[in-house]
Amino acid sequence: MPTVVIDGVSLEVEPGTSILQACEQLGIEVPRFCYHDKLSVPANCRMCLVQVKGAPKPVASCAMACADKMEVLTGSEMVHKARKGVMEFLLINHPLDCPICDQGGECDLQDQAMAYGFDRSRFEENKRAVVDKELGPLIKTSMNRCINCTRCVRFSEEVAGNSEMGQMFRGEHAEIGPYIEAAVSSELSGNMIDVCPVGALTSKPYAFKARPWELRKTESVDVMDALGSAIRVDARGGEVMRILPRLNEDINEEWISDRTRFALDGLKRQRLDMPYIRVRGKLTPVSWDDAFRHMQEKLTGLRGDAIAGVTGDLAAAEEILALRRWLETLGSQNMECRQRGETFDVSQPSGWTFNSTIASIDQADLILLVGTNPRTEAAVLNARILKRVNSGNCEVANIGTAYDLTYPAEQLGDVSTLLQQVAEGRHPIADRLAAVKNPMMIVGISALARKDGGAVHAAASRIAQKYLMRGAWNGFNVLHAQIGLPTALAVGFMPPAGRDIGKIYQGVAGGQVKAVYLLGADEVDVEKLKGAFVIYQGHHGDRAAGHADVILPGAAYTEKNATYVNTEGRAQHARQAVFPPGEAREDWKIIRALSDYVGAPLNYTTIADVRADLANVAPTFRHIGKIVAAEMAEFGTPGPIDPTPFQPAFANFYQTNAIARASETMAKCVVELMPQAERKAA
Amino acid sequence: MKKLWNSIKQAAMAELIKGFGLTFRYMFRPRATVNYPFEKGPISPRFRGEHALRRYPNGEERCIACKLCEAVCPAQAITIEAEPREDGSRRTTRYDIDMTKCIYCGLCQEACPVDAIVEGPNFEFSTETREELFYNKEKLLANGDRWEAQIAANLAKDANQR
Repeated sequence: MPTVVIDGVSLEVEPGTSILQACEQLGIEVPRFCYHDKLSVPANCRMCLVQVKGAPKPVASCAMACADKMEVLTGSEMVHKARKGVMEFLLINHPLDCPICDQGGECDLQDQAMAYGFDRSRFEENKRAVVDKELGPLIKTSMNRCINCTRCVRFSEEVAGNSEMGQMFRGEHAEIGPYIEAAVSSELSGNMIDVCPVGALTSKPYAFKARPWELRKTESVDVMDALGSAIRVDARGGEVMRILPRLNEDINEEWISDRTRFALDGLKRQRLDMPYIRVRGKLTPVSWDDAFRHMQEKLTGLRGDAIAGVTGDLAAAEEILALRRWLETLGSQNMECRQRGETFDVSQPSGWTFNSTIASIDQADLILLVGTNPRTEAAVLNARILKRVNSGNCEVANIGTAYDLTYPAEQLGDVSTLLQQVAEGRHPIADRLAAVKNPMMIVGISALARKDGGAVHAAASRIAQKYLMRGAWNGFNVLHAQIGLPTALAVGFMPPAGRDIGKIYQGVAGGQVKAVYLLGADEVDVEKLKGAFVIYQGHHGDRAAGHADVILPGAAYTEKNATYVNTEGRAQHARQAVFPPGEAREDWKIIRALSDYVGAPLNYTTIADVRADLANVAPTFRHIGKIVAAEMAEFGTPGPIDPTPFQPAFANFYQTNAIARASETMAKCVVELMPQAERKAA
Repeated sequence: MKKLWNSIKQAAMAELIKGFGLTFRYMFRPRATVNYPFEKGPISPRFRGEHALRRYPNGEERCIACKLCEAVCPAQAITIEAEPREDGSRRTTRYDIDMTKCIYCGLCQEACPVDAIVEGPNFEFSTETREELFYNKEKLLANGDRWEAQIAANLAKDANQR
């Protein structure tokens, strides 16, 4: 291992470490624009120059690997002069519009100009002018500010995987932009705004709204897909202004999908901010007390089988547990979280978890996708697969509809019975799965949501047992599309004795089930709940609320301290950034208050009590942010598989839950970014 | 000896005469009192009085919603909200100054990159209610229009000092 001496401090580094990375290990700050941890190294900004003893010229530290006995100076006169020169060149064509630039206050160029800039210009010629590019409803451009670092170009090539951005022309005429006049359609396009070190690419929905120094930053987790990406919620006053990614190497590295980033304007629209009860067929706003009294009246005497609870896509563990405990006090076992009618076997945690963990994708060498389109269901995970494919020695095969996944995937066919063939070893992919070191199978939740989901699950289980187990390596993965499902499954909101969603519908039709409690469950078939007393607790007036008899306004994920379990079975805390609007309250508190009126009071006073109870329910809640590996077991209900092709979990990436459906930005994306045919299908 | 001299001065009322003498001399000097509000004392071009938002000669408002004044204000008297105007330019939708919070330090004026917010020469803006001192954008722009000639002249006088 080479040993380098940086500013007199000697350091042993891994071979291949660049000088810049070595400096970072020592905590020495090296200015940079083009270098980015997660992208390739082009060394074109020249800002990271350092002095290496013996070298005639300053060297770009991002691209120079450490050699043994190398002596590096990062603060010498020569270094300072060289960086000042580079800065002067960069500022030649950079406009002086910091006051109207949205990057102002968090701009790399602004910060570094403070250290290396000069307070006046020696450049007397005209500045370069570049025409702004139209990149769609999410990204605003101001190409005069571009310093040609090519971070966005490398991002679109290496992470988003669709090469939508590029650098055109040469010399002073070099321009960054889409090669063809088209909006950037990648699901990860918002990250270009983050990687841009200057204000050339900024957020369009956030344009001119706030300055970074006004924002209150809350570290939280995302609920827009089942990954639970780490996010930072920036709020001003009572309003969430923007959402940014936070570094979490285990899940999202430092990317988030556009839905995570831009659906936040949905938090301000269509909100339920008052309790409502249905009076003479019309929903009327009432006080909390009146709403609870109304429910007391209607629910008195309903016990056991007569009442059922269904949880939705955005429900957090605290309220799911509170609802479970409340239903238990009423003697009801009718708890269901699979609101889309999934009937697969949930008795084994390993049967519905992403067992290998997301980070292990980096080690996989054969990935079999079954009935999933990770690009829409978990865009950040798709980027991770792309990264794995790009680093070589990894193949991807797909059973299901052929999608453009941004990386080459061998299409095995879309017929679902192929899975049976693989399970019986009658398909060549079976041998390949058996041959490689770290095989991975990713089963989409939509493949399990079918009528024959149990049989698909059983076939997947057989494949897992036969081909995917390697000691500690468990290659069986279920990719959920909505975080509410794994969260509810972890809380155990599915007693085997109770009715599943189909039987709840039957019960309502047959008159056995008289009341249904929907905890943000917007995907249920509300028509089939007619005749029952429907209580809807949630934050958006979306699909189900309008059909309810009582509406209890809850808090969205930015408005409560809550626990969510992602597709890996990893429990994480989301933190409150702002207060819920109007009369809306934290969800577990609503159920706690209701328990005073109906059933027996729950033994919860603070959120700590709820979390203590959660810790009793499942081990994952005792290890927040960590994986508790599920023991592999057999699961599924063997049976014949229907040969119809697998369908995607959703055709419309932008509008998958109540918040995203209320978002104006997401609606614009559908209109401008989704191909006409897909839009019609969705 | 000294004691004796002092008693003689006392007996002759020397201090009293000296004092009257001073008063008497001032009777022939010009008067310092101004007859406010009909007369007003001179003020410096740097005088920090009532705030105003200025416009460019073509009528376009200067303020670009950079929020530097809001950030620098030590009394946190300024509140700004902004969004893109119809033509895409960056403009405020709200520019409020709570004049009861303001300490008239002039830092907002110093921070402004476009000379939009200025503290003008007007110091006569007392009101009967507190609410009237919560200035909004409309009021500030109206101030700017009313005082523009004087503000521009004052800024020009002070320009070589900057």
